[in-house]
Amino acid sequence: MAEPVLSLKGLRKNFGGLRVTDDVSLEVRPGEIHAVIGPNGAGKTTLIHQISGFLRPDAGQVFLGRRDVTRLAPEKRAQSGLARSFQITSILPAFTALENVALAVQARSGSSFRFFGKASGEAGLNSAAMAKLEEVGLSERAEVPAGVLSHGEKRALECAIALAMEPKVMLLDEPMAGAGHDEGQRLISLMQRLKAKIPMLLVEHDMDAVFRVADRVSVLVYGRIIATGAPDEIRADRAVREAYLGEEQATGDARHA
Amino acid sequence: MLRSPRLIPILLFALLAAVPLAGLFIRDGYLLSLFTRVMILAIAAISLDLILGFGALVSFGHAAFIGIGAYAMGILASHGQEGLLAGLVMALAASALFALITGAISLRTKGVYFIMITLAFGQMAFYTAASLRAYGGDDGLTVARRSLVFGSRLLENDRVFYYAVLASLIGVYLLCRMIVGSRFGRVLQGAKQNPQRMQAIGFNPYPYQLAAYVIAGMIGGFAGFLLANQTEFVSPAYMSWQRSGELIVMVIMGGIGSLHGAVIGAAAFLLLEEWLSGFTEHWKVIFGPMLVLIVLFMRGGILGFLARISGAKNG
Repeated sequence: MAEPVLSLKGLRKNFGGLRVTDDVSLEVRPGEIHAVIGPNGAGKTTLIHQISGFLRPDAGQVFLGRRDVTRLAPEKRAQSGLARSFQITSILPAFTALENVALAVQARSGSSFRFFGKASGEAGLNSAAMAKLEEVGLSERAEVPAGVLSHGEKRALECAIALAMEPKVMLLDEPMAGAGHDEGQRLISLMQRLKAKIPMLLVEHDMDAVFRVADRVSVLVYGRIIATGAPDEIRADRAVREAYLGEEQATGDARHA
Repeated sequence: MLRSPRLIPILLFALLAAVPLAGLFIRDGYLLSLFTRVMILAIAAISLDLILGFGALVSFGHAAFIGIGAYAMGILASHGQEGLLAGLVMALAASALFALITGAISLRTKGVYFIMITLAFGQMAFYTAASLRAYGGDDGLTVARRSLVFGSRLLENDRVFYYAVLASLIGVYLLCRMIVGSRFGRVLQGAKQNPQRMQAIGFNPYPYQLAAYVIAGMIGGFAGFLLANQTEFVSPAYMSWQRSGELIVMVIMGGIGSLHGAVIGAAAFLLLEEWLSGFTEHWKVIFGPMLVLIVLFMRGGILGFLARISGAKNG
C-alpha cells in the first residue's frame, strides 16, 4: 500500500474535563478522499485545528508524509504542503479575489521581505493566481474585492487559495456548509477532479456529498473514531447507524440511511 | 475628480510647496514655522499610519520615537557633534533599536494589550528623558543651532529648512507608498485582515509586523530629528502620551490607511488647534467635542468625507 500523505497517531485533546479528541488515528492515502463525519459536537473542527496546527494536541502525533509535524506552527505546516479551508469562510476581504490567490502563490515563491517593486505588477504571481481562479471557475470575478463575493464564490475562492499553495494534502472543513445546490455540485466535481493530484481529508456534514465523493469514511462520535471503512461498509455498520445515521433517520430523513 | 488616487497627494504637496510664497505677503516667520511643524508631524503621522492603517497595530507610544530622534540630535549636538549626517544616523539607529526591542515584546500581545504595552514603553521613554539631568531633565535641552550640512549653516535659513522638510515629507510618503504596494506590504495588510488565513497559507505575521514596526519607528525618529532642528530645543514633552494620542487622532481624522490622509489629518489638527487657540485660551473645550463629532460623523476621516461629496457630485 502506498505510504499515507497524512497520518494521525493517537491524538488526544482535553478542554478541561471534556475529552474532545480521544485517541484518534487515521490516514489519508495518495489519491483518496478520506471523509470524517460525525454529529454536531463530535470534535470535527477541533480535530482539523490540531492537524493544521492551530491547536496543540495533549498527546499523539501528526505526520505529513514521514515528517512529524506535531510541534510545528500552522505556517510551517502550510509551507510543508498542508492546505486547509475553514468552516467559517476565511479570506482577505479587502483584497481582490486575484490578490487573495496571488498572496498564496507569493508564500511559496521567493522572499516576501521585499519592500520595493509592486506586488500587483508581478506577472509571475498574477498568472499563477489567475490559473487557479480559472480552475475553480472564478476568473471573471478576479478583480472583485473578496469581501463582496457571494458565499459560494468565497468558498470557491478558498479552494483556489488552497490550490495555489500546491499542497500535498488538503483539509476541507465543511466546504459544503451554506453552499447552494449548484455550488455544491461544482465543489463535488472539483474535488473528484483534484483528488488524484491532491488527496483530501474532508470533514463534512452533508451526507449525500460524503457518500458520493469519499473513498473512505471515518465516523467520529464524542471525539472517538468508532468506524472507518468504505462508504458502503459505513452505511451498513450497526454502531454507526445507532450513533449517527439513526439520529437523522429518527428525524424522518430516511434517504441518508 | 477627487476619485483619482494620485490627485489628492499631488495637490497636497503642491499646496505645501506654495506656502512660503504666501509668506511673501503676510507675516513670514509665523506661517513658515507653523507649516514646517505641520509637515514634521505629518511625517510622524504617516509612519503611524503605516502600522495602524495597514497593519492594525494601534501603537499608543509612537511619540516616543519622535522624542528619541529629537534627543539623539540634541545629545549629540551638546557634545559638539553638530553634523547633519551624524545626527541623522544616530536618530535613526536609536529609534530602530528602541522599536526592535519594544516591538519584539509588544507584538507578542494583541488588541488592547498591545495598546497598553506600547503606552507603557512610551511612558518609560518619557520618564527616562525627564530624568536625564545632564541633558536638562524635565526642562529639556536647548540646541545651539540646526544641524550643519558639511559644515555650513544652510538649514538656519527658514525657507531652506522648510523645503528640506517638504522634500523629506514627500520622500517618506513615496517610501511608504512603495512599501505598502510591495510583497511585504501585501503580507502586512493580509495579516491585518485575517492573521489566521495568513498562517494557513504559510505566513507567520510576526516578523513582518516587527519589520513594519521598526520602519515606522525609524520614520518617527526621523520626524523627531527634524523637530529638534526646527525648534532648536528638545524636551520630554515630545514623547508624552498625549502626543501619541494626538498622532492617532491625526491619522483617524485625515483618513486611516491612505498615507496622505495622515498628512491631511496632521494639517487639520494643528491648524484647528492654532485657529481655535486664537479665540480663547479654553480652546480645548471646543476642540475636544469637535474631534468627537468628526470621528462620529465623518467615517473615513476627511478623505472619506471628500470621497463621499465628490461621489455624490459625480452621481
